[in-house]
Amino acid sequence: MKFLLIMHVNPAVWDSLTEEERTAVMEGHGPFLEEITASGELIMTQALADPSQSAVVRVRDDRPVVTDGPYLEAKEYLGGYYLVDCESKERALQLAALIPDARIDGLGVEVRQVMFSHGQLDT
Amino acid sequence: MNVDLRVEDLLRELAPQVLGVLVRRHGRFEECEDAVQEAVIDAVTQWPVRGLPDNPRGWLVTAAGRRLIDQVRSDHARRAREVTVARREPEPVTEPDEDVPDTDDTLTLLFLCCHPALTPASQTALTLRAAGGLTTAEIARAFLVPEATMAARISRAKQRVRAAGGRFAPPGPHEWAGRLRVVLQVLYLIFNEGYTASSGDDLHRAELSREAIRLARMVRRRLPGDGEVAGLLGLMLITDARRGARTGPSGELVPLAEQDRTRWDAGLIAEGTALAVEAMAGSPLGPYQLEAAIAATHAAAPSTTETDWYQIHTLYRILERIAPNPMITLNRAVALAQLEGPGAGLDLLAELARDERMAGHHRLHAVRAHLLEASGRTAAAREAYRLAARGTASLAERRHLLERARRLPAE
Repeated sequence: MKFLLIMHVNPAVWDSLTEEERTAVMEGHGPFLEEITASGELIMTQALADPSQSAVVRVRDDRPVVTDGPYLEAKEYLGGYYLVDCESKERALQLAALIPDARIDGLGVEVRQVMFSHGQLDT
Repeated sequence: MNVDLRVEDLLRELAPQVLGVLVRRHGRFEECEDAVQEAVIDAVTQWPVRGLPDNPRGWLVTAAGRRLIDQVRSDHARRAREVTVARREPEPVTEPDEDVPDTDDTLTLLFLCCHPALTPASQTALTLRAAGGLTTAEIARAFLVPEATMAARISRAKQRVRAAGGRFAPPGPHEWAGRLRVVLQVLYLIFNEGYTASSGDDLHRAELSREAIRLARMVRRRLPGDGEVAGLLGLMLITDARRGARTGPSGELVPLAEQDRTRWDAGLIAEGTALAVEAMAGSPLGPYQLEAAIAATHAAAPSTTETDWYQIHTLYRILERIAPNPMITLNRAVALAQLEGPGAGLDLLAELARDERMAGHHRLHAVRAHLLEASGRTAAAREAYRLAARGTASLAERRHLLERARRLPAE
């Protein structure tokens, strides 16, 4: 079963962390990545650029209208994700709990099942 | 016949036999399995171009033997600086291998690949590669994961088997039945992954079902007297017979009641039904035989209304008794509704909803929706269809359920 482990980023929470906490979170992804790669559960992971750099496209009367900034003004933004293929939802929840972000007050990892996949995965 | 296809079939038949030869000669299941995989990949690239060798099996044994020697040598070279290892190089393999008859190696391999220490996903992957002779790339495509992911999963599975003390030997008499049950479960899992499909594109998925059927046939050749093996094979064949009729032109699901039964494969149904009948007549009852008998009863009817629901209901009752499972009860509710009306089915569902394994399950909502629709309770049916649609992780199923909700008459 494929799941997206979604890391929501709250810039205010992130800014309130000490330098050590931030380093711990960032470095914590290394061992997690290694573990799920070796177990044959990782499909891919991506980390996204800051939402301030986003642009939103809307097509109105067949013409694209582009606005700079994120889609919604919100406290949390999609920061990145792991796409995994694992045994069960229970296992996906276990994996999410191993992601260092899950330990931070004010942050959490969302686990959402994939319904349809298509595309070339080997690069 | 297409040469590539012939090569593929031959390789799938031979790969487990070659692996058996190597493992019996050298031990080292993990390394031998890698070596056979390399030899299979060599064959896939060379045979279609240069033609089949005179003795394909001997060719593979030799090629895999060479790969094994290379691998052991490079391992030795790597380890030589750290530790002194007793040299256990395999004997060079030169003779074409006619001396070894086709023993039960393939069955032994299945037992090893379906080792109880592994998770179902690992059992599945290892079975397809080591016992099925598929390449890692093919397995990865079927499950729509990167090849590297599948390679890691397989190598982790082999480490686990070794750590759990798995050996290349058939299980002893006291654990035989339990281990065979796991093998059958894994084959059924492979079949269903190919049939109902949570991932991958249609072509590669259909290949999974074919492979499961091929392996089940092979197990049956080796254990012709086992009723559950016959039952599983029968169930797979009858189910597979409906493959063409279960999706519409744009990939939408067509439920059993609406399928064009003339498109069912009569040959597969006849073979599967004969297996079910033979198994039930000659062996102690088991869940696969009952499932096969239920599938055969459906397959024998020209339409839903002419289906022998009494027999189906009775078979589910027996199944509930010998292998209790809420999904069985859910299916029985469908049969009961056909026999005694939707109200009786709904009553059974209400009972079932108290089982915490089933409460909130999308299949329960889906069956409820159908029965509510049948009893004319349109608003409640619409709500149940929507709940079911929200709960499923299958895109095709969600489309189907939302379509059913849309088709309900307005109030």
